Amino acid sequence: MKNKKLNKYLLRIPIYIFTILFVILPLAYMVIISFLTKAKTWGFDFTFTLENYKKVFDPFYLNIFLESVKLALASTVLVTLIGYPFGYFMGRLSERWKRRMMMLLMIPFWTSGLIRLNGWIIIFRSNGVLDKLLMFSGITKTPLKLLYTYPAVLVGMVYFLLPFMILSVYSSVEKMDWSLIEASRDLGASRLESFLTITLRLTMPGLLSGVVLTFVPSMGLFYISDILGGNKIVLIGSVIVEQLTKLRNIPFAAALSVILMLLTIVFLRLYKKVSGTGELEGLF
Amino acid sequence: MKKVSKAAVIFLGLVTVLNYLPIILTVVYSFNKSKLTSVWEGFSLDWYKMLFNDGDIKKALLNSIILAVLTCMLSLVIGVSAALAMRGKKLIFDDFISGFASLPIMIPEIILGMVFMAIFSYMNLPFGFVTMTIAHSSFCVPYIFLIVRARLMGMDLSLEEAARDLGASEFETFRDVTLPYILPGIASGLLLSFAMSFDDVVISIFTTGPSVNTLAIKIYTKMKTGITPEINALATVILVITVLMIFISERTRKD
Repeated sequence: MKNKKLNKYLLRIPIYIFTILFVILPLAYMVIISFLTKAKTWGFDFTFTLENYKKVFDPFYLNIFLESVKLALASTVLVTLIGYPFGYFMGRLSERWKRRMMMLLMIPFWTSGLIRLNGWIIIFRSNGVLDKLLMFSGITKTPLKLLYTYPAVLVGMVYFLLPFMILSVYSSVEKMDWSLIEASRDLGASRLESFLTITLRLTMPGLLSGVVLTFVPSMGLFYISDILGGNKIVLIGSVIVEQLTKLRNIPFAAALSVILMLLTIVFLRLYKKVSGTGELEGLF
Repeated sequence: MKKVSKAAVIFLGLVTVLNYLPIILTVVYSFNKSKLTSVWEGFSLDWYKMLFNDGDIKKALLNSIILAVLTCMLSLVIGVSAALAMRGKKLIFDDFISGFASLPIMIPEIILGMVFMAIFSYMNLPFGFVTMTIAHSSFCVPYIFLIVRARLMGMDLSLEEAARDLGASEFETFRDVTLPYILPGIASGLLLSFAMSFDDVVISIFTTGPSVNTLAIKIYTKMKTGITPEINALATVILVITVLMIFISERTRKD
């Protein structure tokens, strides 16, 4: 018995060490850096300053934050509008088709995000597949030049994040007791009524965790806007990268990251409060 | 009886087709003779020939695989041991630690990339496989931990007690009872980790050393300068590997 207890402590050692060294420490370090002064060349001097945070609230950067939140919200709304019905209908398929659908979903999901973006470039680029199609059908006369525009970025985001929503909703739908709906219908509820009072409520955890899984990553996905938006659409993620790699202003990049992380944590807290558990449905 | 309306089937089909469209186009255009993606000039295998003769790409592929395997190994040890340790009575810091351990899958990748870059240079770690393995493990550990923990939660504790009562040692109980039970969880956690490590761009860019180029980084830098048919060919190869992996994992899940 004593041996067993000892084992339990030993087994904790790896995760404790790893988490302290490579999660907690780096994050704490980032917070510290965000209060330091940028050195003349590379790196930072250990003098305390609030300049970096003042700079974050400069209208220019504030506006970029706002734009990023807007794009994240727009993506989340679109992903919900497509992903929720998809997950719901998928849950109503026969077992055999559920498995097939799952497989069909998993293949793109597991394929490198970059590779899938590559396909969208083929579609969107000037004189690309979409332009050809539109011109062939007579809807447009000249190439639209859709690549490097806002809609292209939005499509890329939705495409990238959709599977997370679908899987979350689907796993909720799977757990649902369908006889409840039958009962409600028998008792005279209309289709819409039974959907709103039963289905929507029971699948709410899936929907909410889908929203979290869409919104949170979309705040930081810089390479979609980088590749499909060119340098025209500037999001907070791209600003951090630029500050880090080109301008070498690590303290300011750290301050931006701290704010972005605070936003993320507020959002996750909110989710925890609304859902009551904090467990993300669908993934586990 | 559950029924699916025609409209629902059409909707599912349409979204699935759209989901596959970019992939299919990539595959189709990888066989295009023309260097321009906008023109179709006929079937050719030139880009594949070019790909298989590209030493840089082969090296990058090898790096990606090594990195993914190292990441899987490290994450496996940390994730599984943590899940096993934290299933019984909780210690005072358990929630705190597991909460922080799961953070990397929640916060934007770009933040992780930058904090790792900062801390690794502060710790004076050599940038390359070491730093990348640690960085990738940070987002793979939570997946393995959470998946295996979920699996353990559904396990009947009396199974292990019975084994112990029947005279099995603690190790034997683990090997013959617990391990087989959590194995599907471990397998899916590992596959997920492998795929995510293989796929990762953002964190890799910030933690890579001068000599280690992964396939994802390579594709990203090439894509930023405009796509070439060679990328299409490469994408197709990776796609085939992915599909194979999914089939294998489906098979193992069935058994």
